[in-house]
Amino acid sequence: MTLIATLAAAQKSDADLPASPYADLTPAMTPVQALAESNRCLFCFDAPCIKACPTGIDIPAFIRSIATGNLKGAATTILSENIMGGTCGRVCPTETLCEQSCVRNRAEDRPVAIGRLQRHATDRLIDGEPAHPFPRAATTGKRVAVVGAGPAGLSCAHRLATLGHQVTVFEAKAKSGGLNEYGLAPYKMADDFAQREVAFILGVGGITVEHGRKLGADLSLDGLRADFDAVFLGVGLGANNRPGIPGEERAGVEDATAFIERVRQASPGQPPAVGRSVVVIGGGNTAVDAAIQAKRLGAEDVTLVYRRGRAQMGATAWEQELAQTEGVVLKTFAAPQEIGETTITFERTRLTDGKLAGTGETFTLQADMVLKAMGQKLAAKALDGLQVTGGKIAIDGTYRTTLAKVWAGGDCVATGEDLTVQSVQDGKLAALAIHSHLTA
Amino acid sequence: MADLRSTIAGIRSPNPFWLASAPPTDKAYNVVRAFKAGWGGVVWKTLGEDPPVVNVSSRYGAHLDTDRRMIGFNNIELISDRPLEVNLREIIEVKRDWPDRAMVVSLMATMTEAAWAGLARRVAETGATDGLELNLGCPHGMCERGMGSAIGQVPEMVEQVTRWVKNAVNLPVIVKLTPNITNILWSAEAARRGGADAISLINTVNSIVAVDLDAMAPTPVVDGKGSHGGYCGPAVKPIALNMVAEIARNPDTRVLPVSGIGGITTWRDAAEFLALGATNVQVCTAAMTYGFKIVEDMIGGLSNWMDEKGYRSLDELSGRAVRNVVNWNDLNMNFSTKAVIDPALCIDCGRCHIVCEDTSHQAIRIDAGEGRRLFTVVDEECVGCNLCSHVCPVPDCITMVPERNDLPYVTWPNDARNPMRVPEAAAE
Repeated sequence: MTLIATLAAAQKSDADLPASPYADLTPAMTPVQALAESNRCLFCFDAPCIKACPTGIDIPAFIRSIATGNLKGAATTILSENIMGGTCGRVCPTETLCEQSCVRNRAEDRPVAIGRLQRHATDRLIDGEPAHPFPRAATTGKRVAVVGAGPAGLSCAHRLATLGHQVTVFEAKAKSGGLNEYGLAPYKMADDFAQREVAFILGVGGITVEHGRKLGADLSLDGLRADFDAVFLGVGLGANNRPGIPGEERAGVEDATAFIERVRQASPGQPPAVGRSVVVIGGGNTAVDAAIQAKRLGAEDVTLVYRRGRAQMGATAWEQELAQTEGVVLKTFAAPQEIGETTITFERTRLTDGKLAGTGETFTLQADMVLKAMGQKLAAKALDGLQVTGGKIAIDGTYRTTLAKVWAGGDCVATGEDLTVQSVQDGKLAALAIHSHLTA
Repeated sequence: MADLRSTIAGIRSPNPFWLASAPPTDKAYNVVRAFKAGWGGVVWKTLGEDPPVVNVSSRYGAHLDTDRRMIGFNNIELISDRPLEVNLREIIEVKRDWPDRAMVVSLMATMTEAAWAGLARRVAETGATDGLELNLGCPHGMCERGMGSAIGQVPEMVEQVTRWVKNAVNLPVIVKLTPNITNILWSAEAARRGGADAISLINTVNSIVAVDLDAMAPTPVVDGKGSHGGYCGPAVKPIALNMVAEIARNPDTRVLPVSGIGGITTWRDAAEFLALGATNVQVCTAAMTYGFKIVEDMIGGLSNWMDEKGYRSLDELSGRAVRNVVNWNDLNMNFSTKAVIDPALCIDCGRCHIVCEDTSHQAIRIDAGEGRRLFTVVDEECVGCNLCSHVCPVPDCITMVPERNDLPYVTWPNDARNPMRVPEAAAE
């Protein structure tokens, strides 16, 4: 397969491309937009949106604060429940969470734009307030190790720090933020926000991050348990599912997560080259992220192929429509059969009584770039001694693993959907559980 | 189509919507634009004796809701700051070009017969005026010079000024009343004694509309200081409606035609003033908020509604609600109404529940519905207060339904529960 650097040429010939492939698809609200939108909130009693938020943000309260001009209060309300409210305002699938439950849907078929309002409030605080909004409690003298500087780990670390504990975060990669930094397409997470948010979170104090430290490499669970009073694992899902498609070792075939990471880590002035014809395999958020981003980087044709139907896709209906609006073609009920030099062949599938089966009929698409987004799984090797159930670290109701002194949260456990917002909630609740344990 | 032609104190206009004496009627340019837009008449901005007044810079303040909608408005502007001669020349020109529109001129002078009579004659001599309106209400600036509300707050002076002007000219005289008094009837009765052909009300309410929390001064801020001003706009409508109704149901003042003023923003507002006895209405803040074009919907909306209700003319409508305005002591103690929530219209906001729970009678129950909450009124606890229906964001979702009972109409003075009740037999 030959990668063609189509970007420059495409940009010249295609005026429809965004000004920058790194631009926000949904830009920040202007103050006037935020004022108008905040006034649409009805200030519901025991609001359905709060219940729909995995972190339980008091949404009517923060929106009312925006309407009254109390932006700092709005941001504090958000961040007190969700320290990554800034990222969640950008990337949460609000259409299936808070905004789906907004009562304005019943009245007008249009919810309050809660996610965008949340970003409006948190951006102002993160970018505009020199002082961290949450003070630390008196030092407890307890030391906690957090493995993974992603949403779960940083959320846990931040909450522990505010409770007076000393936290050391161990992170394998060079930057903190986890998927916020490496796994979300730039059209959702534009500019360096992930790093600014990390700096804001660490601004609470009491947290040290050590990069290049990896469980199973220079860290062991036993060692951490010996050195610290408690350990929190927020290791995420480190491995990609290997579908075993013939030809997937060819050049130009890549995990979608790796592609997004390359795009995110490239300088916006020198974005990675994408193929002229890109095929994305998968039906989840990562597949949609990769497909849209490939299109925005200048690919001529982007086809997202999923083996089941649209109803079964992990990507929400809103994301599916967004992909289509951005020019991505969605093909369903087709499973990859073989990847060739410049083509990929699929077999049509059929769902009968919930069981998926090939029909024997095939079709072939042109593809000089194939992105695989067929899900991720726990990299279990380094977790010896921990019980893993259903591909996730087993925990009890207080995020405690089967190993003493070890808690876990985020995508590596099965608490809810694998979403940033769920990871933040996991980290927060695990921190509270660890705090109870340490102060018992 | 309903006939919207209006006559008050002999002054005719093609519709009952006049622009009140205020900045929108300050000069020919504005008034001509208003007439082009369809306004039935104007009360020209108050004229005084030369030399004209001088205004300060920054004149208006606003009471906005969080959505920046204008709830109330105030001003510290004085009367016309242009020479009398200029105003009179323009009045003549405009009336010449727009003979079918009402041209009323507002006047203000110091408390001497010479001043009032002289000014009234100057205006009457133009021959272009359908009537005069006496500004006895301005609550800021002019009152510090013994004019405006300084006169309007003293019934004897209201009567005196009215008489001076009536004696001086042969024109209909409308006396504009200030709401900054304890009892509007006293000034209305005084105007009648003085010979007023009609009254108009309300003038603006004395107010500090807001405080600039950076300047730590009332708004509008004039070089770091602020003053009390005249409050108007939607928020004052209820005050005005009450005063209009008081005049309409008082035997000594009900003969006076009333030009209703105060926060009129829509045709519905106007219909309410008319229902409480006003003969026509005057508008200012709504025009200053949206421009003159709003009169189109005022005219169209009133006309359509009158057609729907079968009112053929304004006379058929005017005063229709007056007989239903009574004192609290004349209300039926045996009447009972209960809130009813329509679950099909309910959008699950819970506002009715929380306001009843926190601030009223704990009469709205929450049950689990299908994928949502089901709100139900507990009749035994509901006192029919209406709060839930007012906070509900969905029109007609919560309605108040009177309970059927066979009890007689009993007022508080005759209610057995009244410890001060005079037994009927003893009273006879």
